[in-house]
Amino acid sequence: MSEVKRPNPLFRNLTSKLAASPMIFIVLVVFVGSTMWTVASSFTGIKTLPIFTPQEFYDNWVGWDQYVRLWNTPRWITSITNLAIYGILYSGFAFVIGFLLAVLMDQKIRAEGVFRTIYLYPFALSFIVTGKVWAWVLNPAFGLEKTVRDMGWTSFSFDWLTNRDMAIYTVVIAGLWQGTGLVMALMLAGLRSIDDEIWRAARVDGIPKWRTYLQIVVPMMRPVMITIFVIVASGSVRVYDLVLALTQGGPGNSSQVPSMYIYEKLFVGALAQGTAASSVLLLATAIILIPWIIVEFGKKSRE
Amino acid sequence: MAMSSAVAIDPSGAKPKPLFAPGRVLIYSLLIVTSIYYLVPLYVMIITSLKDLDQIREGNIFIPTLKPSFDAWVKAWSQACTGLNCTGLAPGFWNSVFITVPSVIVSIAVASISGYSLAMWPFKLAEWCFTILLVGSFIPYQVFLYPLVIITREMGIYSTLYAVIFVHTVFGLPILTLLFRNYFASLPNELFKAARVDGAGYWRIFFRVLAPMSLPIFTVAVILQVTGIWNDFLFGVIYAGPTNYPMTVQLNNIVNSLQGVKEYNVEMAATILTGLVPLTIYFLSGKYFVRGIAAGAVKG
Amino acid sequence: MHSVSVKNVSLNFGAASVLKNMNLDVEEGEFIVLLGPSGCGKSTLLNCLAGLLELSEGQIFIKGKNVTWVEPSERGIGMVFQSYALYPQMTVRGNLSFGLKIAGLPKDEVDRRVARAAEILQIGPLLDRKPGALSGGQRQRVAIGRALVRDVDVFLFDEPLSNLDAKLRSELRVEIKRLHTRLNNTMVYVTHDQIEALTLADRIAVMKGGVIQQLADPQTIYNKPSNLFVAGFIGSPSMNFLSGKTIEGGRAFQFGDTRIDLAGYDGGAVLERDQAILGVRPEHISVSHEAPSGPSIPAVVEIDENLGADSLVWLMCGTKEICVRVPVEGRLPAGTQVHLALDIHKASLFDAKTEQRI
Repeated sequence: MSEVKRPNPLFRNLTSKLAASPMIFIVLVVFVGSTMWTVASSFTGIKTLPIFTPQEFYDNWVGWDQYVRLWNTPRWITSITNLAIYGILYSGFAFVIGFLLAVLMDQKIRAEGVFRTIYLYPFALSFIVTGKVWAWVLNPAFGLEKTVRDMGWTSFSFDWLTNRDMAIYTVVIAGLWQGTGLVMALMLAGLRSIDDEIWRAARVDGIPKWRTYLQIVVPMMRPVMITIFVIVASGSVRVYDLVLALTQGGPGNSSQVPSMYIYEKLFVGALAQGTAASSVLLLATAIILIPWIIVEFGKKSRE
Repeated sequence: MAMSSAVAIDPSGAKPKPLFAPGRVLIYSLLIVTSIYYLVPLYVMIITSLKDLDQIREGNIFIPTLKPSFDAWVKAWSQACTGLNCTGLAPGFWNSVFITVPSVIVSIAVASISGYSLAMWPFKLAEWCFTILLVGSFIPYQVFLYPLVIITREMGIYSTLYAVIFVHTVFGLPILTLLFRNYFASLPNELFKAARVDGAGYWRIFFRVLAPMSLPIFTVAVILQVTGIWNDFLFGVIYAGPTNYPMTVQLNNIVNSLQGVKEYNVEMAATILTGLVPLTIYFLSGKYFVRGIAAGAVKG
Repeated sequence: MHSVSVKNVSLNFGAASVLKNMNLDVEEGEFIVLLGPSGCGKSTLLNCLAGLLELSEGQIFIKGKNVTWVEPSERGIGMVFQSYALYPQMTVRGNLSFGLKIAGLPKDEVDRRVARAAEILQIGPLLDRKPGALSGGQRQRVAIGRALVRDVDVFLFDEPLSNLDAKLRSELRVEIKRLHTRLNNTMVYVTHDQIEALTLADRIAVMKGGVIQQLADPQTIYNKPSNLFVAGFIGSPSMNFLSGKTIEGGRAFQFGDTRIDLAGYDGGAVLERDQAILGVRPEHISVSHEAPSGPSIPAVVEIDENLGADSLVWLMCGTKEICVRVPVEGRLPAGTQVHLALDIHKASLFDAKTEQRI
């Protein structure tokens, strides 16, 4: 009855460790490594050649210079303003309209599947397709404006697509068309996850339906709603293809978004300027994520 | 976290009420009006593609055509020009197929195995990496764009099909791993124990015991990935190299091509053609698609 | 040589210690039941025996071989699970032969073993069905069959009957007992159901907080529980506990104003203790209308529950509630004044501080 020593824990479940190694590689190299590299290189003056060693970083270190230059670039200011407009309007409207649609869909209606299919199909499309379709519908020479004028309102004007001040709002319209169905589907799933007995209890207590939604259901759905909001808002920061297909950032630079600025800087020899702009987006995402992280991880530690 | 992968999407409770109660009329009117808003672009896209250029100039975009013609579709598919190349969308379509098929297979293979390791054979490093992955999935792509150029260049695959497959695997990883991890974790743990007592190891448990039970989740993952990868634009532009540009990139180039007369009917036909694959999948898969986005989007 | 031997086994999950320095020797052919409330560590111990959980400390031996770091399939054990854990996509035959095929047994040997298990468990007609087409009882037979075909010396059962309804449960209980008689191999059986434990076990290990509280045959566990926890956990309704003190050098127990003579107590030296607990099972108390000649406890009937075969009478003795099991003919209306006499020979006396039986 002799004792047997514990085998080296490193080799325990070795197959599992080997099988998960691609994921670990991707997380460490791509997600962690790339983020660190991007942030670090934004404090250097590199242009086309990437650098890796601490010595190289030391030699190229310029402190906050890239950020100072960034915030003195009118095009960046336009881009970040547009992103704020798009992000706030898109997230806000998608959230509210998506919730209202979900509530309508939750009224035990007929042909629910048909409506859901209709609301959600744009989400299956590429941003490029969405952008091209809306560019056509909103085309002043042929689209909505012309149609209304043909119907008699000759003074009708809907030229947002070619209007410097309004172009970014067409991106919001097209974005909402594509993304609201997703919010609706997620909200509906959230509504359906609420126990039916809550509804019966509210009915027994004689609470009107709209009050039940507002005062009982919405508070119960708060964690789901925060998650949905984070998904929608953090997704809006990435907007790129849609603008490219709809307005190409124009007229002029009027509907540019940060992704375009970054893309351009990264690949035309202003690497550090591009990574600095990326880091700003990273920061913006972090600000959106913080409430969600607090809720989610707070919940976990309580459990 | 609030929802599992099996989100309730089916109607529950009592039968639908009669159609003509006053409150009902309001509900249905609202639903129908919003439906029209959602359907109009699809309608406009289709009828425009069926018109010839004269009809487009004369009428307005909402008027249906009496003489539908598929000429624009044919032209978009095989003759439309991007710059000096007049090959239509067809090469882009095939490029997209060659990108999508291996990307879907590789990304699902990596993610399902990772999810299986996390759910059934967990170890500290993997769990840490998974947490990072969940947070990392929110990081804007822009942060990774250039580093991924460096990485794929170091791997010697930059500007090839392999690079774009690799990048799709990377960005599919968070959602898919989550999807599979949650699904495997929801299966009875005793089944896994029974298989181990029976002497099955890591791979045998995965292929013989778990995989046959996991058809629904693999279906969800395939739908999620096929639509996602088919619709991608940015990664295709950056990593695939010009000879492998996917359909979305070609569509954008065709429409933005400034030479000659703007052929709106061809543009719309090209747009429909590009959207046709994901739309078909969407209409055929229905609930699986909803499950996929709900499970993927509502983290955890 | 012990069939299963657990030496100084501890298991910690982070800061929580689930098994604490546990020792247990199981004899060849013995049926041992691990019994305890949920969270007591009984299933954890079983999973450790199976090799499905890793020990933090200690060693495990099966048939004299140190298996502490051996794979589950190579330990010479078969296991039956609460949820049956049948592979849903395989037929019953596939379920039974899966492990044998992995082990590389020749086909005729696999067939022979499957046929034998099917014969013993009477599941022959089910062999080509899938688990989804079976009833709960049938599924559990198949699960037992899967352990049976392995031809091993040690069977591990993890609450195998908990998912079944009451009738099936007692049927399969008898079947497991019969199986043990026929095969005579070692069985380690986890349950929270004391009826299963008392009926099946050669010995019961009552567990709480990752520690074996008492390891003994069912009769001893029932009649001479080694501490307050075991006394309270075994038996339904549970044992009555009277708090008081021992007096007169340990010859008597004082409960309130009543002196109870301890002559005939079957235990150790009582001594004088100012805090003691006298435990008496409901069936070891007799009720009489007249005060008996010796000392007795006066009480008032509160509720009388008729169970068919006998009835449970709940009485108040001052502020202390006492339960007595009486023949159904002796039913008592509420409010009746009665006198209780205790069978001291079958009672248990505990030290209130150490909670151990005296």
